[in-house]
Amino acid sequence: MELSEALDIASATDPGMVRSHNEDSIASDAAKGLVVLADGMGGYNAGEVASGMATTVIATELQRLLEQRPPYVNDPNGKAVAESILREQIAKANTSIYQASQSQPQYSGMGTTLVMALFYDNKLSVAHIGDSRLYRQRGDEFKQVTKDHSLLQEQIDAGMITPEQAKKSANKNLVTKALGIDPAVDAEIHEYDASVGDIYLLCSDGLCDMVSDEDIAMALQTLGANLQLCAHQLVQMANDNGGRDNVSVILVRVKRDFRAPRGIAAKLAAWFR
Amino acid sequence: MAKLILSMDGLVLKEISLSKERTTIGRKPHNDIQIDNLAVSGEHAVIVSILSDSFLEDLGSTNGTLVNGQSVKKHFLQSNDVIELGKYKLKYINEAPAQIKAADFEKTMILRPGAMRTIAPAAVPAAAVALPAAPAMSVATPAPAKSLGDTMVNQGALNSSMPNPVTAAPPQSGAAPAQLKTGLLKILSGSSAGRSLELTKPLTTLGKPGVQVAVITRRPQGFFITHVEGANFPVVNGKTLDAQAHALKDHDIIELAGVKMEFSLKT
Repeated sequence: MELSEALDIASATDPGMVRSHNEDSIASDAAKGLVVLADGMGGYNAGEVASGMATTVIATELQRLLEQRPPYVNDPNGKAVAESILREQIAKANTSIYQASQSQPQYSGMGTTLVMALFYDNKLSVAHIGDSRLYRQRGDEFKQVTKDHSLLQEQIDAGMITPEQAKKSANKNLVTKALGIDPAVDAEIHEYDASVGDIYLLCSDGLCDMVSDEDIAMALQTLGANLQLCAHQLVQMANDNGGRDNVSVILVRVKRDFRAPRGIAAKLAAWFR
Repeated sequence: MAKLILSMDGLVLKEISLSKERTTIGRKPHNDIQIDNLAVSGEHAVIVSILSDSFLEDLGSTNGTLVNGQSVKKHFLQSNDVIELGKYKLKYINEAPAQIKAADFEKTMILRPGAMRTIAPAAVPAAAVALPAAPAMSVATPAPAKSLGDTMVNQGALNSSMPNPVTAAPPQSGAAPAQLKTGLLKILSGSSAGRSLELTKPLTTLGKPGVQVAVITRRPQGFFITHVEGANFPVVNGKTLDAQAHALKDHDIIELAGVKMEFSLKT
């Protein structure tokens, strides 16, 4: 069965109400179960270049690789191969951005955050760097899955401030990790089980800084039946609240089971495909 | 940069800018802010500043520390908080210069832990190094706090014109849009005819899931109705809508899944 039959994907990206250009970049491929979102930073247009490079390099390379290596196969260490594929491609994107920023003075210092998910075998692998997030709506529960790599999150972890206080902080926009600013990057990658009915939201900080989690959850709950409308609604809510930053969202709904083919019959079928 | 205004009995004694990472307050002379009064403990409290945020911590003082009348052990200071030690008051001010444009200070920036140390000896203590630009610049820049602006590449020229984002006010996240109106939906037909529904939430869905659903969104510009799911689209004043959002006017009649409703604005 094709993954695109099991997953419903919708996305929207908008410069917001204040910025003149959009430094966010998104890419998705339902057939491969792949979604990528990046929020670029750096002067002039470098932010756009960095986020664009991240999504393009990762999406095209992964599309090619996934043709050859199914992500659900276990590697010799017994781990799904997905994690190593993601790590490899993120490293590749990091190198491309870093080299461009080193060789072209106008791109000096550019970088980008990243959040991405790869769906396979009733699971998803989530990778992230920086403060772009992935949330999950399952039943009535709306939960932030990724943990920001940001100064505020570190302060929360250290017990210096509470999440409520963090919302009032002036230090919102400082990330402690980014793609493309150093020769090497350490992405955080975790695997989760997906179940039918789940809705996953990938977003840049332009959404979660402007719209409260409760309102985001309400939009997913009430408009989950029409994902594209829901994506537009989220962007609109961010803009109605001031839209101070670029806003990007990708929504993925799991419509049905997408277990990987197993057993002899499935293998035979795969051979004769 | 944030500052404190020390006063007693309404008389301003002095102004102290929170330029150090730790600003100590107490009776003994080695404190950064010395208050020579017996009601104040030797080491009474400390204010820890991290970038543009400041935290007050009571150091186990005999008479305690109040913030806005409440006794605190540890407190995340917000602008205009009043700290009280005995008869002395310290007002905490952390305000953005008015001319700052939102676009100048909310760009995401990278914070490099190593770079913090290279700057530490400089006059501006809480300066984080959020330099997307070449790291070497952090050392060369005389006023590192100013380098937090978004475009780092042409730093010399920018410093003079760019407002210092460190002191910028926090973005009012989810700031309530000014004065949202309340709408009212009166059901005119069907089993629950006569009942009415207040539209106070940002989103209110109508209809039967799986059959026909529409949503009414409450926005600063007013109320809008949009089709969500189902083969039939909602009808407003006898006209069938398309997939676009439709602005609702006072006394519009909505028909949805065989039920008639009247929309009105509450005054």
